[in-house]
Amino acid sequence: MHPIAVLLVQRIALSLLLLLAVSVLIFVGTEILPGDVARVILGQGATEQAVENLRREMGLDRPAITRYFEWLFNALQGDFGVALSNRRDIATAIGQRLGNTMFLASVAAAFAVPLAIFLGLLAVRYQNRWPDRLISGITLTAISLPEFLLGYIIMFVFAVQLGWFPSVSSIHGGMSFGQKLYAVALPAMVLTLVVLAHMMRMTRAAILNVMQSAYIETAELKGLRKLTLIFRHAMPNSIAPIINVVMLNLAYLVVGVVVIEVVFVYPGMGQYLVDHVARRDVAVVQACGLIFAAVYIGLNLVADLVSILTNPRLRHPK
Amino acid sequence: MSRSRDKAPEGTPLLDVQGLRIEATIYEPGEPPRDAVIVDDVSFTLARGKVLGLIGESGAGKSTIGLAALAYGRGGIRLAGGRIMLNGRDIRTSGPRDLRRLRGEEVTYVAQSAAAAFNPARRIMDQVTEATLIHGLMSEREAKARAVELFRVLKLPDPETFGRRYPHQVSGGQLQRAMTAMALCPKPDLVIFDEPTTALDVTTQIDVLAAIKNAIRETGVAALYITHDLAVVAQVSDEIMVLRNGRMVEHGPVQQIIEAPREDYTRALVSVRQIDHEEAKPSPQPLMVLDGITARYGSMNTDVLTDISVELHAGQTLALVGESGSGKSTVARVITGLLPPRAGTVRFDGRELTPALKDRPREDLRQIQMIYQMADVAMNPRQTVRTIIGRPLEFYFGLRGRKRDERVQELLDAIELGKGFADRYPAELSGGQKQRVCIARALAADPKLIICDEVTSALDPLVADGILKLLLDLQKREQVAYLFITHDIATVRAIADSIAVMYQGRVQRYGTKTEVLTPPFDDYTDLLLASVPEMKLGWLEDVLATRKMESAGN
Repeated sequence: MHPIAVLLVQRIALSLLLLLAVSVLIFVGTEILPGDVARVILGQGATEQAVENLRREMGLDRPAITRYFEWLFNALQGDFGVALSNRRDIATAIGQRLGNTMFLASVAAAFAVPLAIFLGLLAVRYQNRWPDRLISGITLTAISLPEFLLGYIIMFVFAVQLGWFPSVSSIHGGMSFGQKLYAVALPAMVLTLVVLAHMMRMTRAAILNVMQSAYIETAELKGLRKLTLIFRHAMPNSIAPIINVVMLNLAYLVVGVVVIEVVFVYPGMGQYLVDHVARRDVAVVQACGLIFAAVYIGLNLVADLVSILTNPRLRHPK
Repeated sequence: MSRSRDKAPEGTPLLDVQGLRIEATIYEPGEPPRDAVIVDDVSFTLARGKVLGLIGESGAGKSTIGLAALAYGRGGIRLAGGRIMLNGRDIRTSGPRDLRRLRGEEVTYVAQSAAAAFNPARRIMDQVTEATLIHGLMSEREAKARAVELFRVLKLPDPETFGRRYPHQVSGGQLQRAMTAMALCPKPDLVIFDEPTTALDVTTQIDVLAAIKNAIRETGVAALYITHDLAVVAQVSDEIMVLRNGRMVEHGPVQQIIEAPREDYTRALVSVRQIDHEEAKPSPQPLMVLDGITARYGSMNTDVLTDISVELHAGQTLALVGESGSGKSTVARVITGLLPPRAGTVRFDGRELTPALKDRPREDLRQIQMIYQMADVAMNPRQTVRTIIGRPLEFYFGLRGRKRDERVQELLDAIELGKGFADRYPAELSGGQKQRVCIARALAADPKLIICDEVTSALDPLVADGILKLLLDLQKREQVAYLFITHDIATVRAIADSIAVMYQGRVQRYGTKTEVLTPPFDDYTDLLLASVPEMKLGWLEDVLATRKMESAGN
């Protein structure tokens, strides 16, 4: 087998193992939380008998191990059970909202990633001159502001003052792609500003690190333009650290958007999670936890795989 | 679609440098930044198709002058004054557009370390043809055809497919030739060769040197050839310019420089490596015996060392010679216990040493000390010389306070550094001084054996000579034995009592210095000895015509 295939299979297997471990943690975590789900559902005034009946009905009287494997097995088939609070199917509810969250994350990523890398390249091109300072200054300011404040400022300027975009980003299945884009314009803008600085700084640092190499001097002595040189010779050797930070930020776009979704009343995973945490709905918390963990692990896996694949020494062994 | 280039009128030189002055701003810790003159008042001319050798020790300004022909200054270096006329214009004052045209189209550059100068992420062919293509000198097909042709001229294996490989997939000597192809591909007027063979083994150097010389002749390009090795530059140049501390010492035709040098400094360079060392006879009781050592690293499938058996006598020097990858340094790792062997034993001073370092008693550790090639990375940059040399005194002998300081000073006197050095940091020492401190540190343990791993390879010839003389001197006084690992035959001749020639993990030839260096030779020893550049005209051609085998690196 090609050595790179071995490496890839190893990484993927490791990720699956990690995901399994996380699922155990989530299950055990919710299991040791004080309070009994049946009692929570029935309320303080319920009789012992009623609680006991409900426990049996929900299968809570069986050993934890049995329930864990049942939960895991169902989850793998896309069945997360029903929400305890409103008896609605979790998978259906999440499916819609996860799609919305992914849409918002994708829109933000589609702007943020290329912009961050381009700004990083520019910052290197004009290192320590005013464009570099300006880029760093603006992106650092954006990341320093709490995102809810940034959200309200942007909402005030673009929705209230200028009236260009809606202040509430409600979307539903019947909207066209263009309408959806229009609806999420403001939250996507805030998210872009939030993740931009981190990725841009890493791009700048990773490329500057490579710019010290002898082969950069070789390229310079070939008479290449500075930007061509950075793009052709420095970028390919700094992809691994850049992709790692990009993936961390993409993960943040999916799992960390709770506040922004609340600010813009966006029907995504964050809103859904916050609503059910408030009601102590353990089944939903488990489901969301597992999905978020899967997103994190999956994106980091992609970063790992890309790092391996971009290394010519691994791709083309001697 | 080759673009016409403005040629200077017939009769004027290609490159005409007059009164060149190069400055740099130096930032030393604790001092305000100051301007230093790197090169001062250097003038020369170079006609089309001619080769000028620039020679001098490190810090002489050779590379800086070479890069000035590309109007390029490394770091904070400024081309401060003088004229650099190339193809009829002063490139010192050219704007960015003209500079881009100059670099890669009119003048190209071959760096010392091709391994570092090639981008690891891109195929060799893309990099070789890049300058040709971005300057629009040829179509992609023409450029590739020319690259393949150059690979052929430079005797690279499989010239048709060589360019498809990545830099890490070819050997150091091949990469150095590929770099030469990269420089010649755009059909430049001038190529700057900056120590192109210095990082190579002698056995590989000779092939690269021949390939470069051949390529220069076939393409009729002019060249500046920069090196610290006078014997090398004598093989390829028409004229030689000797530099020292950024100033010209002497400039003349090759024959005059090597046969009738006018300046003392040039004479010192020419006569380097003439240390006389009387060979000592083996004693009946060897200090160290390696018996049948076989070793490999980690999970490797092949042995790096196979059945190594040699002896070393007290107060004498055993030289291990061979090209890189022959297993020389691995022998040192086995002796020090860093790499326990798979088979065989190391006997030292009448007892058997434990295979692994961690099981050795402190006394055994003290008896065997090491000195490394890179003196500056072998010392902690944040410790003073006193702390560095004092550490083994504390560790092995429990010396502290005044006693320790006195002993440190004795050791400093022994390595000819004298007073005032104890409180300096490694960064404040020159390369030769750093290596001396490392020697003092090894001596501080009062060992019976010092392993010297390429200790003079990174030093300029004159400085290296000083170190070798010091080592011989110390050997006489302290009766310490040396295991001297080197790829440099001249060094071996200067200091060895016995020699082991290593080739692909085996001892190829072993005996006293006289035995090993007296014909008849086996093929490899013959190649190794013949590859050492000699300071005479036509040496390169003679060797290529008479040697019996080629280097394993090809």
